[in-house]
Amino acid sequence: MVLAYHPVGRTLWSPGFWAAFLGCGLLLAAAIPAINLWMPPNSAVALPDYVIPLLGKYLCYALLALSLDLIWGYAGILSLGQGAFFALGGYCMGMYLMRQIGTRGVYGNPLLPDFMVFLTWQKLPWFWWGFDHFAWAAAMVILVPGLLALVFGWLAFRSRVTGVYLSIITQAMTYALMLAFFRNDMGFGGNNGMTDYKDILGWDVHQPVTRLSLYLAAVAALGLGYLLCRYITSSKLGRVLLALRDAESRVRFLGYSVTNAKLFVFTVSAVLAGVAGALYVPQVGIINPSEFSPGNSIEIAIWVSVGGRGTLSGAIVGALLVNAAKTWLTGAAPETWLFVLGAMFVATTLVFPRGIVGLLRQARWTRLRAPAPVAAGEQA
Amino acid sequence: MPNPANLSLSPRKWAEREIGWVQVHLAWLAVISLILLAAVFPARADEFATLVSALGADSFVEKAQAITALGKLGDGRAVAVLTALNDGRLLKAPDGRVMVSDATKLIDPLTGADVPELKADALDRIRVNNRLRGIIEGALGGLTLFSADPAARLGAARDALRYPSADEAALLEKAIAAEKDSEIRAAMEQSLAAARLVSGAKRERLAAARTLGTTTDPQIKNLLAEVRAAPDTDPEVRQAADTALASINNRLWLVGLAANLFQGISLGSILLLAAIGLAITFGVMGVINMAHGEMIMLGAYAAYVCQQFFRAFLPPGWIDAYLVVAVPVAFLFAATVGVVLERSVIRFLYGRPLETLLATWGVSLILQQAVRSIFGSPNKEVSNPSWMTGGFDLIGGFTITRNRIVIILFCFVVLGVLALILNRTRFGLQMRAVTQNRPMASVMGIRTARVDALTFGLGSGIAGMAGVALSQVGNVSPNLGTIYIVDSFLVVVFGGVGNLMGTLVGALSLGIVNKFLEPVAGAILGKIVVLVAIILFIQGRPRGLFALRGRTAEAGG
Repeated sequence: MVLAYHPVGRTLWSPGFWAAFLGCGLLLAAAIPAINLWMPPNSAVALPDYVIPLLGKYLCYALLALSLDLIWGYAGILSLGQGAFFALGGYCMGMYLMRQIGTRGVYGNPLLPDFMVFLTWQKLPWFWWGFDHFAWAAAMVILVPGLLALVFGWLAFRSRVTGVYLSIITQAMTYALMLAFFRNDMGFGGNNGMTDYKDILGWDVHQPVTRLSLYLAAVAALGLGYLLCRYITSSKLGRVLLALRDAESRVRFLGYSVTNAKLFVFTVSAVLAGVAGALYVPQVGIINPSEFSPGNSIEIAIWVSVGGRGTLSGAIVGALLVNAAKTWLTGAAPETWLFVLGAMFVATTLVFPRGIVGLLRQARWTRLRAPAPVAAGEQA
Repeated sequence: MPNPANLSLSPRKWAEREIGWVQVHLAWLAVISLILLAAVFPARADEFATLVSALGADSFVEKAQAITALGKLGDGRAVAVLTALNDGRLLKAPDGRVMVSDATKLIDPLTGADVPELKADALDRIRVNNRLRGIIEGALGGLTLFSADPAARLGAARDALRYPSADEAALLEKAIAAEKDSEIRAAMEQSLAAARLVSGAKRERLAAARTLGTTTDPQIKNLLAEVRAAPDTDPEVRQAADTALASINNRLWLVGLAANLFQGISLGSILLLAAIGLAITFGVMGVINMAHGEMIMLGAYAAYVCQQFFRAFLPPGWIDAYLVVAVPVAFLFAATVGVVLERSVIRFLYGRPLETLLATWGVSLILQQAVRSIFGSPNKEVSNPSWMTGGFDLIGGFTITRNRIVIILFCFVVLGVLALILNRTRFGLQMRAVTQNRPMASVMGIRTARVDALTFGLGSGIAGMAGVALSQVGNVSPNLGTIYIVDSFLVVVFGGVGNLMGTLVGALSLGIVNKFLEPVAGAILGKIVVLVAIILFIQGRPRGLFALRGRTAEAGG
């Protein structure tokens, strides 16, 4: 089933695309900080400081949605454990931020984070080694989710675990990780997780300028992630992915290595999710095991569906819209949020399987393909 | 009531008369016979009388000696005396006689009879200090073995295990001679063996170790280990202790095995109930129903509503029947919701399993929030009817609770009925036909849409009944379904879809493996191990343990 109308060939990297991309980039990276910094707080378009980390959080979610769309929309892999990669990236960053606290914790222990002092541990576990250094933490943000996805994906795709079976075992994976991270003696802070951060790279995380920088980093990551996904999906590999999504056996019989193609894209997607998690943690100021909950991972799928799966911009639009709606509704009428979210799941699958961006594209294609303007007008 | 002490009194009086009447050499005979009699009759009334009057002594040291001696005497009457002394109700008459004051009257501790001629306010209270209270408590502990209350005797016999000593052994021997209840005597003999193991002669110790080898009590295990480890233990005794320890460990291991097996089957039957419905809908329709857990939750709330209805509107004697009514109510309610869900959402999504998964997840969120809005978030309590409460104690502190047995039976009844429906009814035949080859079944005139709706209703209804069962072992809350949904999916995936046998084997093996891992690895780590094992298992058999073979197997993906 054709889910979306994909731009092909030269139009993909056309000047029109670059203009739109840079326009969006400027809006996010220049206009919003400018409004935040220079608009007087009482003017109509002012952005108070607290909005910046909120927007940054949405952008991290958008990158996460992008990572899911890459495997679900293009390769037909519905991972219900995408949140696990996000949380692992977040934990790597959280560990770095914990080490930056130093002696400023409640117990003032120079060697151990507070929760380990509380558990009367004597020395730092081996897997905390190196997290004093940002470079190590940054490498782990990429390596840990990437390696987990590589191993998990290799096991799964090699034995041709597909469709709902794959969805269920990815869900089992994130569930198992959640249970593991809830344990205090895992050495990751148990159910409280890690919080109370002070510095990142020597900058106070509570300062508006640091928050603005983190927001800009999220913008940059999202932009680069988008270009990467667009590059992958428009390459020859991208064609193979689309083909195997629609007829996996046929692609295999044609001589392509379905396992390798899936494995590559699954790993890239996990790394993107990990980076999103790493940028998310310093902006929200906490990471805890509930990020691993299966419900969170399924919710990512709804962001993608609402925006339009199989369209990269759709994933971003969906994540931003759904999360903005969530923030607004859980504040205004908390008990209605689950009804709305549930209705979104049902509606996007039943009524709008193409999502917002998919619908817009379909409308444009219908208009372009119409034989004559008169006929187009009649159709409308 | 005849006092047994009088019987032992008369031979002594007879002996006294002998001394007065006959020559001196006959007195020797009398002394010997007295000693023999004293050994034969455990409760020596003269000594009891002497000791009781000694309680009235002025010196605390003498009192303490008398209390200790009373404790060792093993005379049941001493319990009342010592209790009275401890409570300050033991009085001393000017003539030296000691009386127990019992609220309104005075009682002679020797005979147990009223003493109407004395007045309580004319008597002195016998004083005790804290040191004496401690001694009294110790003495009473041993004496409870002679209490008139069988439960107290049993408790004392078991308590005696804790402080095995030669004194205890002597007391226990007396108590065993007087004991008529076989259960209490067995407990006393166990404690006696423990006491002898610690304090007896070598032959006694060996015999005691053999006796103790037939028990399962962890305290005895510790005791044997202590004896074994003590440096001055005789090598033969040590060997006997080793044998006894090995035999205890063996028995404990077997009990632990049985306990784990039972708990595993119990958990497995709950998983099975939760997963059967899922297996049907998944197997027949290829539909992943994420709202399945919410069907379970709805069933549990149906049980709650039934219970509240019975409490509010029906005679109190009927309350035990609510569960019987709740089962069909929950089935019908969940089945109705299931059919509505199938007709309104799922039928538009056939052949798109991932979309079905998301849509049903949305439905599950809506159902959860709806229940939360109606009943509130806090847990609801659904109580066991009286015929499901309680349980049976087995050896080694392992209890089988009745509600779990009922659930296991219920689960197998459901499974049996379902197997009959699938294999013996027209509907079952149609269902299997649709499972195996939908287009061909349709060509043969089976109304596949109707079969789908009914199948989904059946699966949801069974989930509802599972909810009733779950309400009997845990709390009922809007999140009930989410707790079981991942587990039920794993059961289905593990067992293979569309196959009741696979679901049965999957559920029971997951339940049992979980319970066997729990003591080794802890509950959470055990669960993680199971999850990882299943993820790895799927690699080897991507379609489950009992995969369908043939064309349908490929088409399902």
